[in-house]
Amino acid sequence: MKTTFTALVAAGMMAAAPAMADLVVPNLSYRTGPYGANGTHYADGFNDYFTLLNERDGGIGGEKIQVPECETAYNTEKGVECYEATKDTGALVYNPLSTGITYQLIPKVGVDKKVLYTPGYGRTSGKNGKVFEWVFNAPANYWDGASVAIKYLLDENGGDLSGKKIALVYHNSAYGKEPIRTLQGLAEKHGFTLSEIPVDAPGQEQKSQWLQIRRDKPDYVIMYGWGVMNQAAIQEAANIRFPMENFIGIWWSGSEVDVLPVGAAANGYKALTFNGVGMDYPIYDDIKTHVIDPGKASQGGSHVGSALYSRGMYAAVVIAEAIRTAQELAGTAQISAEQLREGFENLEITPARLEEIGLPDFGPEIKLSCDNHGGSGMARLQQWDATAKQWSLITEFTEPDQEIIAPLIAEDSAAYAQEAGITPRDC
Amino acid sequence: MIYREAGDFKTSYRDDGQTFPIRLDRWGYYAVLAVAFGIIPFLINDYWASAVFVPLLIYAIAALGLNILTGYAGQVSLGTGGFMAVGAYSVYKLMTAFPEISIVIHILLAGGITALVGVLFGLPSLRIKGFYLAVATLAAQFFLVWLFNKVPWFYNYSASGQINAPERTLLGHAVTGPATSAPAKYLICLVFAFVLAWVARNLTRGTLGRKWMAIRDMDIAAEIIGVNPLTAKLSAFAVSSFFVGIAGALLFAVYLGAAEVGEAFGINKSFLVLFMIIIGGLGSIFGSFAGAAFMVLLPVLLKNVLVGSFGWPTNLAAHIELMIVGALIVFFLIVEPHGLARLWALTKEKLRLWPFPH
Repeated sequence: MKTTFTALVAAGMMAAAPAMADLVVPNLSYRTGPYGANGTHYADGFNDYFTLLNERDGGIGGEKIQVPECETAYNTEKGVECYEATKDTGALVYNPLSTGITYQLIPKVGVDKKVLYTPGYGRTSGKNGKVFEWVFNAPANYWDGASVAIKYLLDENGGDLSGKKIALVYHNSAYGKEPIRTLQGLAEKHGFTLSEIPVDAPGQEQKSQWLQIRRDKPDYVIMYGWGVMNQAAIQEAANIRFPMENFIGIWWSGSEVDVLPVGAAANGYKALTFNGVGMDYPIYDDIKTHVIDPGKASQGGSHVGSALYSRGMYAAVVIAEAIRTAQELAGTAQISAEQLREGFENLEITPARLEEIGLPDFGPEIKLSCDNHGGSGMARLQQWDATAKQWSLITEFTEPDQEIIAPLIAEDSAAYAQEAGITPRDC
Repeated sequence: MIYREAGDFKTSYRDDGQTFPIRLDRWGYYAVLAVAFGIIPFLINDYWASAVFVPLLIYAIAALGLNILTGYAGQVSLGTGGFMAVGAYSVYKLMTAFPEISIVIHILLAGGITALVGVLFGLPSLRIKGFYLAVATLAAQFFLVWLFNKVPWFYNYSASGQINAPERTLLGHAVTGPATSAPAKYLICLVFAFVLAWVARNLTRGTLGRKWMAIRDMDIAAEIIGVNPLTAKLSAFAVSSFFVGIAGALLFAVYLGAAEVGEAFGINKSFLVLFMIIIGGLGSIFGSFAGAAFMVLLPVLLKNVLVGSFGWPTNLAAHIELMIVGALIVFFLIVEPHGLARLWALTKEKLRLWPFPH
């Protein structure tokens, strides 16, 4: 018992973190484990944008932003520990970048009154603000992604996908299973056949899955992968000579770390995205002057400008805009999480505002409301150029097929409301 | 001098056979119980409950379970994660199907269901042992995880395959679900851990435990002196799985609140619990608690020291933490292969002689 006791006493002394006075936005990141390569880029982008605001503007509305980082390793138990460790420090909003951790936090944030912002991941039906009061997943969710991908394929095929075979290669977890229902609905509507091919986490070994693809010869492959699974899949696709231009990844399967290890064979691989890519935006001048040059970049700034860095930065942009909106509504700079929730519900990011920030045409227009916590769901496609080693955007922002998605969201959120005993509020 | 036995006379066989024959030990035990039941519930907050005590108690139950199978009965198992998943999914199905029945009964039933599954996967132990049995239980691990991923009935056909624990109350207090207070969470785990540890201690020093240990030490000799290997091995699997199933049920319902089988109950969990009993000490009740404390608390402590006090980058701290925990495991196994429990026993021996060692 002696060891236990000393450990406990010491842990207690360390755990008692003082309450912070500024705006606190914890960054539950992961820089280790099978998803660490991807998580690092995202966390850096997230940190750097807040550093930029602190350095250039003195924070938001005069209040500095603190971004305490906590390593979750994409592990739900560590995620709980991080959440509990940070929630009493005045934390306003959580962005855990993990669907598993999101599922755990959804009931908790309702009780603790914290905002949960899950751009492009998490529980899709979180879009329904009537049931999920504290959850926001703008600008797009998994089902939007699936629908936009199918829409793109429809365009490629002159509006007709009947008789085509589409395979879904997915991470065998809550994350990967999310799009199945939407794709099944779309398959019925457009007459293509869908085959579902699960890959167990972490997914380094996919020989049998790609053997199956080689045998079935699907016309297109859609992938919902993350971490080391992405590069393994792209490598296997290259090995079986699957045409890369018929291979579309979700936004979490479209970063440099996923395609670079495959080299020239990855040329032409496509992925969805809900934010712009590349460094061709005025904001990078500011980031260079205020963040990178003074040596304040997160972890040395080696990932600035990568696809996931941009996405992390975009999440920070949306949170910062919501804080700004909340400050205007509340009339005070020092806002609470409840006030931030109001800010999110009244959030409006117009193309003009994006241009002001220094990110013209970087994301879709976002307009949230009490019942719509997910925005328009628009996304676009990017394609990898292996010789130039960069992504290029190949479509404009496209609307998903809400005719399929809206009833599914209503159904899933109703199921959650019933399970958790929530009465949907009136909006 | 500290462990003075002089004057501590036993006047009955009952006194002689008690769990803590030395008076100071007994007082220490009562003191720990008094602190655990009487003081901690009033001081505990959400962080202490969720990051420290609840995982510690739940893993201690799992370690007790595996210790019965591996430490006492000598049957190696790598299926702990899978059996915990059985406990978690059973309690989920039970609590959603019969919401009006007490959660405690559901947790016990989940343990019972896991015991049945454990016996089923324990059948190969009658023919094979050692590494071969480890591989058979490994099959259980992968099969069970695959099953809970594959069959939508187990997760009530939810879109993502996640299971979520709805709110259930005990004596008017929520013990599962998001509104659970820290003391409620802690106390339900503490009561289960206390009762199960008491049961484990008394089982292992009775007839059943002696049979298990006879099988462990030499199964042919045990058979010759009249121990039936069929009942001994299968009862070890049943009791062990019962404990592990309860740990899984508590892990899902009280601690995590939502779980996904591959992530929460993967092979890593099996290894984690196995490490706990190896570090803590095979065939020791105290060792199960000590091992769980070592594996659960040390990473949290290191993280708080490295990131919280030294301000190191989180990824560097996470890597250093892995290295320190790994190095400590190797160090302990070299210095004391019988684990923390043996280390504690040696300390006691020394204390009894102190300050006049021979």
